[in-house]
Amino acid sequence: MTALEIAFVVVAVAGVIGAFRVVTARNVVHAALYLVITLSATAGVYLLLAAEFLAWVQILIYVGAIVILFLFGLMLTKAPIGREALDNQRRGVAFLVGAAILAGLIYLVVDAFGWDETRLDPIQGTATEVGGSIFSRFVLPFEAISFLLLAALIGAIVLSRKDDPVVRERKERRA
Amino acid sequence: MIRLSMVLIFSAILFATGVYGVLARRNAVLVLMSIELMLNAVNVNLVAFAQHLQEITGQVFALFVITVAAAEVGIGLAIVILIYRNRETINVDEVNLLKW
Repeated sequence: MTALEIAFVVVAVAGVIGAFRVVTARNVVHAALYLVITLSATAGVYLLLAAEFLAWVQILIYVGAIVILFLFGLMLTKAPIGREALDNQRRGVAFLVGAAILAGLIYLVVDAFGWDETRLDPIQGTATEVGGSIFSRFVLPFEAISFLLLAALIGAIVLSRKDDPVVRERKERRA
Repeated sequence: MIRLSMVLIFSAILFATGVYGVLARRNAVLVLMSIELMLNAVNVNLVAFAQHLQEITGQVFALFVITVAAAEVGIGLAIVILIYRNRETINVDEVNLLKW
């Protein structure tokens, strides 16, 4: 194993432990904080794969924005504490499905790419490279995705408006 | 240099964990978090293959996936908060009006 691979294994193990804790944590806020560990570890993997720009985007968007959004979502909804309250009764079936998918994927990956044959020789994923590709070959997808993001944000504001007439009418009828 | 299979197996573990979370959790926000884990696994795969094929396109698409994930979380949490306001619960197994 090279030093790079040892660094990768350390970061990946941290990410996997974080992911396991996200799906087993008894407290929803802890789950969100373990998600931070997993997302940061993924950013570390991007850095080790020389995808520099993507690593910083991952930190900015995922750790900086999406996790904060999750924390706000958790604060605005009352969440109980404890596994029984947060998990449903079919944990065994879910575990079997997850394990089957994992086994299948690992078999396929090793079967297709071998263990020692394929080694990555990374190209630099700097902001220059990525930006050049976006604004030369992928301008139309870029515009489409900007529009999607705008539509989603406006939709989220419309959905969660407090003075929604439908909600108010229902509340009044109930009261 | 890093073996491609190691990166792909890391992403497979993240994806399988996300699948378990989606199936086993009943709190809607935790289900959304598990979906984020799965999207993240897809991004790791995209970057790994971008480096394997010596082609920057995979990283560009990983950026697009991050954008879609942000949009999805925004809409998803708005829906969750709306459900909470109407039903006072966000357990996905209790919101079954559209179930056959």
